[in-house]
Amino acid sequence: MKYQPTNAPQPARNVRIVLLAALLLLTGGPLPAADWPQFRGPLCNGVSDESGVPITLDTNKDLAWKAELPGRGLSSPIIIGDRVFVTCCSGLKQQRLHVICFRATDGSKLWERQFWATGRTLCQSKTCVAAPTPASDGQRIVAIFSSNDTVCLDLDGNLIWFRGLGRDYPNASDSVGMSSSLLIAGGVVVTQVESDSDAFIAGLDLATGANRWKIERPHKANWTSPVLVGSGKQEIVVLLSSAGLTAIEPVSGKIVWESAGGGSSIPSATTGAGVLYVPSSRGLTALQLGGSDEQPKQLWQSSRLRPGTASPVVLGEKVFALSDGGILTCGSAVTGERQWQLRLKGPFSATPVAVGHFLYCVSETGVAQVVDTSKPEGEVVSELNLGETVLSTPSISWGAIYFRSDAHLWKIAKSST
Amino acid sequence: MTGHFARILIILGWVGAACGAQPPETAEFIAAIKNVGPEGRGNIEAAGAWKKLAAGDASTLVPILEGMDGANDFALNWLHAAVDSISGRVLGAGGSLPWSDLGAFLLDTHHNPRARRLDFELLAKIDPATADKLLTGMLNDPSMEMRYDAVQKVIDQASLLLSASNKAGATLLYQQALNSARDAEQIDGIAQKLQELGQPVDTLKLFGFLTHWKIIGPFDNTGRKGFAAVYPPEERIDLSAEYDGKKGKVKWQDYLVTEKYGKVDMNQPFGKLKEVTAYAATDFFSDRAQAIELRLGGMNSWKVWLNGKLLSGRDEYHFNSELDQYVMPAQLQPGRNTILVKVCQNEQTEDWAGDWDFQLRVTDSLGTPVFSTTIGPNTSANIARP
Repeated sequence: MKYQPTNAPQPARNVRIVLLAALLLLTGGPLPAADWPQFRGPLCNGVSDESGVPITLDTNKDLAWKAELPGRGLSSPIIIGDRVFVTCCSGLKQQRLHVICFRATDGSKLWERQFWATGRTLCQSKTCVAAPTPASDGQRIVAIFSSNDTVCLDLDGNLIWFRGLGRDYPNASDSVGMSSSLLIAGGVVVTQVESDSDAFIAGLDLATGANRWKIERPHKANWTSPVLVGSGKQEIVVLLSSAGLTAIEPVSGKIVWESAGGGSSIPSATTGAGVLYVPSSRGLTALQLGGSDEQPKQLWQSSRLRPGTASPVVLGEKVFALSDGGILTCGSAVTGERQWQLRLKGPFSATPVAVGHFLYCVSETGVAQVVDTSKPEGEVVSELNLGETVLSTPSISWGAIYFRSDAHLWKIAKSST
Repeated sequence: MTGHFARILIILGWVGAACGAQPPETAEFIAAIKNVGPEGRGNIEAAGAWKKLAAGDASTLVPILEGMDGANDFALNWLHAAVDSISGRVLGAGGSLPWSDLGAFLLDTHHNPRARRLDFELLAKIDPATADKLLTGMLNDPSMEMRYDAVQKVIDQASLLLSASNKAGATLLYQQALNSARDAEQIDGIAQKLQELGQPVDTLKLFGFLTHWKIIGPFDNTGRKGFAAVYPPEERIDLSAEYDGKKGKVKWQDYLVTEKYGKVDMNQPFGKLKEVTAYAATDFFSDRAQAIELRLGGMNSWKVWLNGKLLSGRDEYHFNSELDQYVMPAQLQPGRNTILVKVCQNEQTEDWAGDWDFQLRVTDSLGTPVFSTTIGPNTSANIARP
């Protein structure tokens, strides 16, 4: 019931299927998922295993399309086959919630559904009600908003269920705005809703929206998103909060391990090669993951690697922390030792995404910067000013990178893609 | 207002045959959807009905909109999505929507305000110019969104007059906008414009903030335990009583709000304390039983009781505040109604964590202030009356 890659854009899809099938035969490995089904992609780490994404960002040459959006949003686009899904909010007190589906190949709008918020919509002015990123299992998409309204639609926009979690559990919200993104695993939508006043993690049945399980969480404001690690029956969801880490079996909600000692409430944890990288007030901590029910072991902790709002990113043996002001710090993912720093044009809210050895970082002022991390001190090799405020983490799928602002969605891909 | 709509619609030929009855199947699907409730109740049945309902043609749009009457907020969203699906499919295929029926539905202000707004937006997709003209007559519409947009049109017109140095005309239009505005932010913007034009606005009366209070404190809130702790005022309001507070005996004292946004500032009488709790009480008199809303704003942890019944509370500190931040539907009884507010301050010492206050007003469901009718014999009543 977990995410399954679906239809790819035509005509690229058929070519890719042949190539990927050949790759599978040659390597015996799994097919890489080119869809981007949730916040920070298939592996919740912002890293794409694709090639062909433009390194030189140039809208004159490689702008596939630019679509207008009806309202604000910090949520990332998610991409399933030839469909791009985006959430927005608009109207009086941001009470209009939008889920929009675009065709990936040409940017045409296929459908739009609107909902009225049933929960609180008050947010700090920098964020908005469409802050959390939706998730998909490849057949359905589930979107949540800061009002904790949660909606499940099929890929054609047919409504499968609606939950007003803000109405069901009204104290589980805060006046800054909620932002934890969804995960889908084991037929369950993992929904993390944590505030000072009330907090819970719930497993909503993907088919019906009903609570399969619901667990009380520490009453602490938390804007991080859960991370999925492992696979199959070993799949666990790791939650990060200021209280520490909690690992949950998604099907049952059973807590399989917990690790106190504090953690971040804004940047999320990330994974790479069986290691969990956890931001906190002490910097970054690397934890070796064992079996699904095994307590992780600390590998290192570094106070010199300090992510700001953006979550850390791991590329091979390098780990990256981006400060709010725009200092990109590269460290060793093996030892935590700081290697180099590079000043980017900030400030930043969005988490970088990566392809190959390139990091794509987009500033709040809409300046997208591509960093070649293979250079000794890192180097910005391309820059594109989108000209609008961008707080949303980009998405990568089928050779394209997507950026979204409060007003537009851009698809940038090599013109042959 | 209704006559104004009718004239426009008749001129345009929108009002035609009366809406027909719901087709039996459509009615069944709508009924199944209206059974949805909290915690996902009824979702499975609703999903089946929704798919069939959303497969309907344009003639089902008005029955679905009518079906929103009496629907709960969960069902409203299911029905909204059905309207989106049908209208999107019909318009995408180059089809037309039932203008006459949609126009007639819009005219009937007894329908669900959100359904009418949705109906209006369908009309606006086809004929935005006429929809814009319709807004002119919606200054007092029961739909908050319609009213907001209608008021905004007047504000925009006033702004144009101001740009042309027509201060008298602009003042008149701003005053017209102010009479109809119900959104707190919009009201505030208009009030500021009028202030700039030399027309001072008494925001305390305009919003209907409760201004006359009795307050008592400080009680303890060490470790943020004061939110859950039950101090004597929660058990009984005795204005002559004296209690053990955090640092000695405490007793009720008068507090008169002077701050223009109705702030009851506990830092004023008690000093800038940390880890403390205080209470504020007032009487509010109503000439009849009536549904109202208590609307509270503030940065601190709080609870509100009406006539001894806890309405709501929020245990969070220093995140954000705005007018009408928390809206609590409630029922006033005829005569005296006692409102009790608990407001807690936590341990944070940052500059931005100094606020220890709240603002409260009584309104109808649209945000129109409701005023107390008399002054109470024993407690300080809200006497703000325009």
